This record gives sequence, structure tokens and C-alpha cells, in this order.
Amino acid sequence: MTASVDGQRPEDTPLLEVGDLVVHHGQLKALDQVSFQVFPGEVYAIIGANGAGKSTLLRTIAGLHHPTSGTVLFDGQNVTGLRPEHRARQGIVMVPEGRRLFESLSVEENLKVGATYARKGPWTIERVYETFSWMRDRRGQRAGQLSGGEQQTVAIGRALVANPRVLLLDELSLGLAPVVVQRIYTMLPQILQTGLTVLLVEQDVSQALRVASHIHCLLEGRTTLQGTPAEVTAEEVEEAYFGLASAVGATPHARLDADGQSGKGSEPPWRG
Amino acid sequence: MAWVNAIIEGILTGGLYALFACGLSLMFGVMKVVNLAHGDLAVVGGYIAVGIILLHVPVLWSVVIVVPIMAVAGYVLQRTVIQRALDRGVLTTLIVTLGLSLVIENALLQFFSANTRGIGSGMTLVTGSFSLGSQIQIGYLLVVVFAVAVAVLLGLQYFLSRSTYGRLIRAVADDKEAAQLAGANYRHVFGVAAGLALATVALGGIAYGMYIDLDPTAGTDTILLFAFVAVVIGGLGSLWGTLVGGIVLGVAQQIGAQINISDELIAGYIVFLAILVLRPQGLISRRAQT
Repeated sequence: MTASVDGQRPEDTPLLEVGDLVVHHGQLKALDQVSFQVFPGEVYAIIGANGAGKSTLLRTIAGLHHPTSGTVLFDGQNVTGLRPEHRARQGIVMVPEGRRLFESLSVEENLKVGATYARKGPWTIERVYETFSWMRDRRGQRAGQLSGGEQQTVAIGRALVANPRVLLLDELSLGLAPVVVQRIYTMLPQILQTGLTVLLVEQDVSQALRVASHIHCLLEGRTTLQGTPAEVTAEEVEEAYFGLASAVGATPHARLDADGQSGKGSEPPWRG
Repeated sequence: MAWVNAIIEGILTGGLYALFACGLSLMFGVMKVVNLAHGDLAVVGGYIAVGIILLHVPVLWSVVIVVPIMAVAGYVLQRTVIQRALDRGVLTTLIVTLGLSLVIENALLQFFSANTRGIGSGMTLVTGSFSLGSQIQIGYLLVVVFAVAVAVLLGLQYFLSRSTYGRLIRAVADDKEAAQLAGANYRHVFGVAAGLALATVALGGIAYGMYIDLDPTAGTDTILLFAFVAVVIGGLGSLWGTLVGGIVLGVAQQIGAQINISDELIAGYIVFLAILVLRPQGLISRRAQT
């Protein structure tokens, strides 16, 4: 991990920049004016309760939802109008919620599909086998026959072989036993060594705080808190997560300074 | 011996039915589209062959020309008409392909009239036969068509299981959104699948023109109907199931015809109905096939 956890953010230009994103599901406004930047090497975690708009945000960045307004910039380029497959080929690769493996295909075939339009980079199918050694022995097995945790690992492998520049992880822990989730998350540093940037969505806040270099809390589609795990207190996170109190939170556009001063005291965006 | 003859002919006719059915099954398996114009497109392939033969092109060369034409037509049709219907929901594709079927049928009536047209009616391949023993006579055409059908199914199976593109087709069939996230343009993949489907059914249309005769309504009345029956007997989404289903249908029809010539069709449908009741997932179900 190149991003530090002491509040310093890397000096580079952002790899991914989301600006004033508004997304509707029919009449429902799922995301309201969400903005943030993800810098190279960061692990940027979006947290929030069910229905907060986390998955919608990730799917919009991957290109599966079209925003009503706002922009998604990738490496300085506007990709807002690009189809998901073109974003994937440029290096925005998502591990979707619920694994979504090709169930009638074997483990190896799943990886091969992931590698079909891969960018050049460190990840190959061979390297995935080296990282997750059990997979080699079971490469001929149908993906649909694997356990949930195994499927999640294959889904990560399928994304890695595309050599993403930014890896979007949507609710890795969904439907998995805590032990399994723990095991998957402990592999994250190993994956990050290859120079990836990660944007992850997680309902499990403690898990997110443990791995993230930056967290971003959503509540009913709006930003309620941003900062490094070191900057935010448990109370702030709790309030931003559930929207209980009125005194804590950040405006959608403000971001916490390196010293963690701003944001506090301002009126939370979901009121008024 | 007449019974043995009938059964052999029934089995071989199964090859023809497999050519009708495998494209229908492929399109359903990959994009969940039930293409009601499938049979009419087979007839279009047949009529294009008729047109090419009128230009003094040898019959077998017309096949070589028609198949790629229909493959391209399938791709274009999928990317334009069918995809647009699909974007509005699977049910819309039923209405749109039904409309397409009516348009094609009436256009064929307009251009070619209701008269029947045969293909290669002077050829030994089409009219000739050989004898096994003293009682059994087998037409060359049915043997060749059966061999072509087996070759087509083997080729499709090899393509789908081994090639990069075949793998993408199966991936898109499983989960097209996940395939997009892996960089695949599923619309293009759908187009390729439709191209394959129409290439195979064009062979069926030409074979039909040789075996019986082409007429503008044969697409819906015969080819589509038999294709459906073969797919359902064999098992939805199974490629080899279309051959099994075709053989069961062909044998049932020939046995029916032996009992009474007017029972040919009804015998096929009785078996179809029996299988729907006793084994609705088809003889080769996709899950069991693995």
C-alpha cells in the first residue's frame, strides 16, 4: 500500500474522480451530488447502510448505470458516456456484488474470460494460481459448484487477470461467513503490492476501517463523512452511517483536511 | 423390412431436423430469444440458393455462397432488429420475430409466388439411393444431410467449448453483465451467435429444398414447427439434444406413416406430447449434460 494512513494523501493527480454524481432509479434519487477523488495506490472505502447508494455508486463508475448528471473522470479522461466493456478494457474493473461468476464455465474458463480483453500487466492466470494455490487443483471444476468464499476468490482472480488500474470491489463480505471474509481481506495487501488502486464498498465498517486508507460514508445517497480512518472517530462514523445526530458530518463537497479539522460542525446535508 | 426401412429413414431425417433446430436452440440458449422467424430465414436461405443456381452456379457451390451470406444476415439482424426488441424485454422479441416471420413469408410470396421450387432435382445426390440387402433402400441425400448435421454439431461444440469466442458466447449466456465487466461487448457476441444460428439453418433450408420442395410458407408450417418439437424433445439449450430430438421425431413420423400414411404428422406430435408429460426437461437436459 503506497497510501499512508496518517492523514497524508498522495501528491499525484487523482486516478479516479467522481464529480457531483446524481443517479436515479426511476423516481428514486439513489445518489445525490456525490463527489470524491481516488489517488493511485489508495484503498478507498465507501461505507454506508443498506440502500445508502454504495453499490449504485460503484456500478455507475463501472458503467452499468447512467448518471442523471455529474461526471466520472478516469486518469483525467471523461468516461461518463463510455460503455462498461470499454471502461473495463481501459482498466476500471469491477468484482460485482454476489460474485456473478459464469457458473457453467470452469474456474479456469472464468479466468480466461477475464483475461480476454486484459491490459498488459503483472497479473496472469498463472500468477492467480500462485496467489490462490487451491485454485490450480480445482481449475477444471464448474464455478457454480464452488463454495461462496471460493467463488468470491475466483471473482477477484477474474478481475485481476484483466490487470485493472482501479479495482472496484462491491460487498466482498456479502453472504460469506466472517472467517471467510477475514481470509479474503488478509489477501488484499498481497494484491495491492502489484500497484493497484482499490475502491471498495463495504457494509462491514470495522473491516473497511481496517483496510482502507480513506473512507467515505454515504447515507441515503449523500456524503455524510470523509476522511482517513485515523481522522474519524467511532462516534462520527456511527452518526454518519445511521444519520442519528445532527452535529456531525460533512457537506457533500467538503473533504476533511489532512489534520482532520473541517467538516465538523457543519449542518449535515440530509437535513434542510 | 418396411419397418426397418422406415426406422432408418426416420433416424436419418433426424439429421435434417437437427439442422432446423440447432440454431433455434443456440439463440434461445445464448440470448433467451425464441426466434419465430427462424424457419422463414431457412427458407430465405433456400431461395437465395435457388436464385444463385439460376445463374448457372453449381448446386454445391451455391451452398458455399449461401451459408456466409446468411451468417452475415444473422449478425446484422441481431444487431439491428432483434437487439432493439431485446432491449425492451424478452417478450418483445416474440412479437418482433413473429412480425419478421410474416414479413418474410409475404415477401417470398410476392417475389417467388406460391409455387414450390426444388433444389438440385436432377442430381444423383438428391434423387439417387443405394440398397442394403434386397429390401432396404436409402437415399443418398438423407445420408449426406445426416452427416452434415453431425459435422455441424461437432463443429459448434468444438467452437463453443474450445475457442476464445465460444467461451465468450457461453460466458455471455451465463451472465451478460458480468461479461461486460470483463470487457466483452455482449451485443457483438449475440450477433455472432445469431450469425452461427442462421448459417446452420440456411443449410437446413437448402436441404429441405432438396428433400421436399421450398414454398414460402414452409418456414413456419414445417421447419419452425419441427425445430420446436426437436428442441423440446431433446432438451432446451442442449446442442446434441436437437439431434436426439430430431431423430425421435423422425422415427415417430416414419412409424406413423407406416401405420397409415396420413398418420405421419400426428405420430410425431403424440410422441412430443408424451415427452412433455413424462420428461418435460427433455431427453438430454442441460443440467444433467454438464
